[in-house]
Parts: sequence; structure tokens; C-alpha cells
Amino acid sequence: MRYLPKSPSDREQMLAEIGVSSIDDLFACVPGEYRLSRMLDVPRQMAESEIVDQFRDYAARNAAGYASFLGAGAYQHYRPVIIDALVQRGEFLTSYTPYQAEIAQGTLQAIFEFQTMICELTGQEIANASMYDGSTGAAEAIMMSVRLTGRDETIIARSVHPEYREVVRTYGQHQGLVAHEVDFELASGRVDLKSLEAALTDKTASVVIQSPNFFGCIEDVDAIAEMVHKKGALLIVSIAEAISLGAVKPPSAADIVSMECQSYGVALSYGGPYCGVLATKEKFVRQMPGRLVGETTDTNGKRGFVLTLATREQHIRREKATSNICTNQALIALMCTVYLMVYGREGLKDLAYQNLAKAAYAAAEFGKAGEVLFAGTRTPRFNEFVLQTDDDPHDINRRLLEKKIMGGLPLKRWYPELGNAALWCVTEMNTRAEIDAAAATLNAGGASAHNRDKELVGQK
Amino acid sequence: MQNRIKKVSRHITQNEGLIFEKSSPGKKAYKMPPLDVPEVDVKSVLGDSAREDLGHMPEVSEIEIIRHFTRLSTWNYAIDLGMYPLGSCTMKYNARVNEFVSRLEGIGGAHPYQPESLSQGVMQVMYDVAQCLIEITGMDTITLQPAAGAHGEMTGLLLIRAYLDAKGEARKKILIPDSAHGTNPATAAICGYEVENIKSDPVTGMVDIAGLERQVTEDVAALMLTNPNTLGVFDQHIHKVADVLHAKGAQLYMDGANMNALVGKTRPGDFGVDLMHLNLHKTFSTPHGGGGPGSGPVACKKHFEPFLPTPVLVSKDGKLHFDYDRPQSIGRVRMWYGNYGMFVRALAYILANGPDGLKQTTEDAVLNANYIRAKLQDVYDLPYKTPSMHEVIFSDRLQTQKGVKTGDIAKRLIDYGFHPYTTSFPLIVPGALMIEPTESESKEELDLFIDAMRSIAAEVEEDPQYVLDAPHDTRVGRMDEVGAARKPILRWNPK
Repeated sequence: MRYLPKSPSDREQMLAEIGVSSIDDLFACVPGEYRLSRMLDVPRQMAESEIVDQFRDYAARNAAGYASFLGAGAYQHYRPVIIDALVQRGEFLTSYTPYQAEIAQGTLQAIFEFQTMICELTGQEIANASMYDGSTGAAEAIMMSVRLTGRDETIIARSVHPEYREVVRTYGQHQGLVAHEVDFELASGRVDLKSLEAALTDKTASVVIQSPNFFGCIEDVDAIAEMVHKKGALLIVSIAEAISLGAVKPPSAADIVSMECQSYGVALSYGGPYCGVLATKEKFVRQMPGRLVGETTDTNGKRGFVLTLATREQHIRREKATSNICTNQALIALMCTVYLMVYGREGLKDLAYQNLAKAAYAAAEFGKAGEVLFAGTRTPRFNEFVLQTDDDPHDINRRLLEKKIMGGLPLKRWYPELGNAALWCVTEMNTRAEIDAAAATLNAGGASAHNRDKELVGQK
Repeated sequence: MQNRIKKVSRHITQNEGLIFEKSSPGKKAYKMPPLDVPEVDVKSVLGDSAREDLGHMPEVSEIEIIRHFTRLSTWNYAIDLGMYPLGSCTMKYNARVNEFVSRLEGIGGAHPYQPESLSQGVMQVMYDVAQCLIEITGMDTITLQPAAGAHGEMTGLLLIRAYLDAKGEARKKILIPDSAHGTNPATAAICGYEVENIKSDPVTGMVDIAGLERQVTEDVAALMLTNPNTLGVFDQHIHKVADVLHAKGAQLYMDGANMNALVGKTRPGDFGVDLMHLNLHKTFSTPHGGGGPGSGPVACKKHFEPFLPTPVLVSKDGKLHFDYDRPQSIGRVRMWYGNYGMFVRALAYILANGPDGLKQTTEDAVLNANYIRAKLQDVYDLPYKTPSMHEVIFSDRLQTQKGVKTGDIAKRLIDYGFHPYTTSFPLIVPGALMIEPTESESKEELDLFIDAMRSIAAEVEEDPQYVLDAPHDTRVGRMDEVGAARKPILRWNPK
């Protein structure tokens, strides 16, 4: 086996040194009746070229060469090539969690830089080293709010990603968490402030909103924060599209920000691995789950970095820990760190700006074939919007697939009240030609009633 | 003392500040393509939500970023540099072909919401790796959704709870041996269970069956057991343990952290385990990456099948699809399908090995640990004489007589060019040195390690202070961890 660095004579020699006659002697501790007497029924050993061929075959059976307007929590952005060049350095790729600070300063300093940039971007004071993803991060943020307030109810906006809400339910079900949902305004697509005010009680530990929300609408974070804080509860802002922070005001009024950083240079990779992160106020640090890197000095007074405040964590506190998280998403956080340095202070603005402009153009074009929802009240949007059509979006998408275009995500399974609606995402990766091609198909294939009406009006 | 060190020589490493200290307005590492749609006015699109500026985000050029991370990388130890004998962490070789195939366009670029008809290849990877893992563990079914080992534990306990609830049994307790990983009790707590510790047999390190019989009541939901346990010892009474639990309707959960000792030699499903998690980043060689991503699939017996997280991947009429209609499911533990990229890498690892390679891998891992044990047991105390599997646990009992503890020996090992072993764990061994070489080490590398450990043992006798002051040759010395925790500085701030 090509990964094993031993010759048969090495093995013989080692067995002799141990003082046993065969390798089976070392497995004598496994009772005979449980020893596997046959070979495992898995595919035979393959050459590297065969493995590559097999995965090329897997790869060929998926969408390739399609224009995509899918977002909804996983975003298509350009990944600078230096990301993979750097994260594939063996010193990053094949190192462990940096417990031994003297020989892990590379990883530790990179995490410290990641934490710093997350603070800058989110308008928070501290950030952790990563969480599994945006969905589990939201659940951990809620449990953190429960510990901080001593209350056990949370209110989640229905405009938070439906899969995030499912994960929150799973996490909270046996921790005594009562989770309520608050609706969105049909006109604006944003959290219904009146319903939220009515739902807030002195048992509310936290309110969870997403901004930009699942429909791409930017919430009025400051107004919601004020309302939530009046009741002594905490505001958790979840961010799924992290590129928005290049153009959208950071949620500084939030108490905890739970962000999915996939947009920062992480491949779509069929949904993972991605990179969640929590950011919060300094005063809440003792209840923060996950790893934290801090600056300190060595015995000679030289600056260095260490994992710190470990007394929050499972390997020290065991059943009293803030979370059971151990392995997180370190290498993915490193990808994000490289990405954020590549684009930096100006590039993140330029990038966000292109997303805004492309999405605005697409919304205007697609709006000729349907109705862009939540647009009437001048709700600000980032790079996603909901398009309501007369035709079922599944039918529309079938027509688009013929043109090698993946259309918006149909929303009926989560939001039946929106009718024939789909969530479209447009990023800097979508060319005008792609947008125009999609618009042409939307308009051509069985023109929608909206379109016909408009034409009739035009004729009059 | 330096002439005793054979594996490494000193060399120059570059200094490097924080990226923020290199930042200067106007430097760039990017160029946007021209905008091909009409421009918009940000202020009028976003109104009050428009952002003014991005504070202290860095402005640097591409070469500076390349040098920044290349310099930082040289300050890390890594498997690619040498043996990384962290016990319970299974720091084995991470094959590069795994990285290559995970980045193929149709795989790395697949959107999780793209139509199933255009995802059959990526779904087939999940199906194939699931089949292999079911066969390797001897279980009936599996979920790949958990993102790491601890997340797998949570999923496992939620499955147990859902299964028992469906039977109308509201049991309150989870039993956990005193040798367990810290994630086990932390997980039990977040699943709403009380934790009751069980003591290991002081001589063998195995579960004390008589004690277990006393502790297993109708109120116990499950025992969380690591096997081989954190002493590297295979619990020979494992089936008896399962019988005691099953007789009272309790479940046997296995923490699969140490599965590298078992693959191809014995199967948990055959020795009485009801469900278990695997750590793909340990046994199946997906890279640790400085602390993740991991992946913690949970394999289980048929009776847990109705409760698996949604969606469940099913094969029907020659097509794969996701089944969301699972009324008894515990729900999602993570969005989408898990840390998908890790499934690709794990499958590539399994294919590279085949049945014969997997078996040889396990044998070499156990051979290596026993070789170290044989070569060091005269200079380090071996608290449990029970046979070792893939890892060996010594204690610092002999060295503490000179005031040197396991942590000090570990720091001195750094000077010899090795990453330390796991220190002070498991908790049942005071001053533990927990050594897991994995199969990836050659005899030459093992001999260098043994030589280093023996040399340090000699140093402890001759000049204990020199060991206490280690490491001597690293870029930075021992860190002020107390100061770091007392006044945490968790981000860079401009002067």
C-alpha cells in the first residue's frame, strides 16, 4: 500500500523487537469471535490514476458549464487562486489544533487576524476562531443568549433561512429552549415589527433575525435592537451572505452576530465544509462557545499567540462547558482570511458594489416577466430577490435548464403564501449575457399574465 | 545537549508582523473585471443601510499575502514535516490526490440546491462512501450530516433519545467512563441528559462489569464508550458490556475516535455496539487543517433508521434522491448534507487502500504503537500493562521525582524535532503521555522518536532544569498563558 512506509523486513524486525511472532499476536486482545475472518467488502485497491478517473466520472454527472442564479445561503463568488495555493501548504493543511503554541504560531497568528477582520466587518468587539457553519452557529448563539440572560425563550424571524431554523429546533429541543417564530410583512419582506413587539416578553432571551434576510432584504437592525433591548433581551443577527458587509452597514447594535463566511473564498462543494463564526461584545466573552486566540508574550517578552480562555471549553469543563464543539473549521477560516486580505478594504466595497449593480439589473429585467416582491416599500436589497410568476417556478426552471441556466430556488415548500415564487441570486460571477438569456427565457416561455397585462396596457 | 538531537537542525525563519501592520492605503491584491451592467447609486439603493467604510481592513498586494502566509506556515509543525504522535488524534498522512479530486469542477463547484437530476454524481459519492462506512463498522445505516466528532456524538444521543421517546421511555442518564473524551459529557449535557461517571477497572483500564451492573438501571439511556479506550486498550468484555446495557433496555454508543485500531480487523456492529460516530478527519485521513474541518458520520443499527436527520439519501429506480418526508426524524443537525468535501476525501482514501490496504493500515498502526511501547517501557512508567492497540499511554511518575512533568517532556520533545504527544490525558492517568504514532511512520522515524524520548529521560536525570526550561530552539519560548486569559487581547487594534 503506497501510503505505508514499511518494507516487509521492517515489519519482521519490529515484531521481533516487540517479542511477538506475528501481527496476529498484537490483536489477540480482540476476542476471537469478534475478529473479522474475511476481507472487508469495499472496492479493491486502486491506482491514483484510477481514483482520479472515478472522481472525474462522478464530477461529470453533475451540473457543469451552467449559469447559476442559486444563492439561498451558498453563494457563487470568484475564488482567487492563491487561496488554494496557500491553504494547501502542508504546514497548514496537516497540522492539528494549535495547542502547542511554540510550534503553531503560523496557525495562531492567522486565526488572530481572522478574528480581527471579522470584528471589523461585523462591527463587533470580539470574534471566535470559527463554528461549523451558519446554521449551527445560529443555534449556538441562541444557547449563548440563554446563558447570558437566564431566560429560556427565543424568537426567530421567519425570514431567517429555513434550514437554520430547522437546526435551531434540533439543538434546542432538549435544552429547555422555547422557540417562537415571528412573521415578515408581506409588503416589505422584513420582520413585522408589530408582531415582534407583541411577541417579546420578559422571558425572551433573544431575537434572531437575518440581514440580508432569506429574501435578500436588509432588515432595520437598529430599530429592532432598540425594541429588543427595551425588554432586556439580546439581538442575534445572522448573516448568510457575508459579501453584503462590503456595502451594508454592519449590525453593530446586535449583541451577537452569527455569520456564515462561505462567501469569503470557500468553494460551494455541495454545501460544505463552510465556516461559521460568532462575534459579540467583549463583556460576553466568558459565554462564547468555540476556540479563541489571544495575544500574549513569551518568556523573553516577544509577542506571540495562544489559544485562550479554555475554561469555557469541553476538554476542561466537560459537562459544564459552553458547548461541546471541539474540531471547528480552521482551514476554511484560513481560506476566508486569505480572501479578505486579497480584496481588503477597497476590494470588498467594489465586490459588493458589483453584486448590487448586477442584482439590480437582473431584478429589472426579470421583473418584466413577473413581480419582484417586497419592492414597493423601497426595502433595500443586496444580491437576492424574490420573483413571483404566474407559472410554477419548477416549470420555468425546466425551461431554463434547456438553455444551461439554473434558475432561482422555488420557495413554495417553505413559504406557500408567496405562491409561485423563487429566490434569485445574482453575483459578480453572473454576466450580463447570462442575465439577458435568463430574462429572454422567462419572457418567452409561456409569457406570464403580468407580461401580457403590461403589453395590453402598452397598447392602450 | 544539542548533539543528541538527530532529527533537526536550526535554520533561519523569516520574521513577519500582522497583516494590518503592512497595510497602506492604495495597495491592492485584486482587480475587478469591468462592470457590464448599468451602474447604481449605492446610497439610493441601500439608503440608511449603506456602509460608510470598512475600518481597518488591510490593503496589501498579492506578493505580500503570499509571503505573509508562507512565512507563517514555516512556524508550524505538520504531519508533512514528521511524526505527530498526538494520542487520540490520529495524525496520519493526508494524501494529496484527495485534495485534487475534491476540487474537480463538477464536485467543488456543486451548489447544494442544484436540481437532483444534475447532482447524481455528487450524490453517488455520498452513497458510495456511506456503503463503505456501513461495511467497515458493521452497522445497518448511517447519516453523514454531522460536521465533526462532537457533532456526531450529539446526533447519536438525539437518536437514542428519539428512539426511547418513541417507546415511551423517558430515561434521564448517560453513563460515561472516567477515561472518556471531554466532548462526551459536554454532549450529554446539551442533549438534556444527566451524566453519571463510571470507574474503570484500576488494573486493566477496562469497564468494571460488576460496577456497570450496579449502575445500569431503567433510568440509563446509554453508555458512551470509546473502544479501544483512551488507554489504547480494547475492552475485552465489550460484548458483556453490551449485554448488561441491553438487558435493561439501554443503548451502547461508541465514540469512534479510535477506529484506526479496528478497521478491517473487527467491527463494532459485530461486538454489540448500537450506534457510533466516526471521525473522517482521523481514521479516514481528511486533513486536520489546524483544527478542522472535521466530519462525524453516525453509523447505527436498523432501529434508529426512522429517526435519522433529514434528508436521508435513498436510491430509487436507479436514481438517487433526498427523502425529506421523515416524520420521526430528530430534524436537521446541520444545513444541507454535512461537510461534503470530507466525504470525497474519505472515499478517495478508501479507494486508495482497498480492503487489503485498510487492514494493513490498521496492523501497522498497532505495530507502531507496540514498538514504541517495547522500546520505552524501561524508561517511562507504564501504568496499565494491558495490551496496547494503536496508542500507548505512559506516565511521568519516574520523571516527577526530578520535578519534571509530562508537559515539560513534551516541550523538550519539540527541540528534538517532534510534535508533542497528548499530555495529561486521559484523566485517569496522572501525568499521562499519550502516544499515537499511526501507520504513517517509518521505522526510521519511530527510531528517531524513541531515541529522542530516551535522550530526554536521560536529561531529566542529568539536568532536569534544562528540560524544565524547554523548548530552547523554537522561534518563541513558552507563552504567558495566564496573562493571556487574565486580560484577553483577542484582536489587533491600531496603536
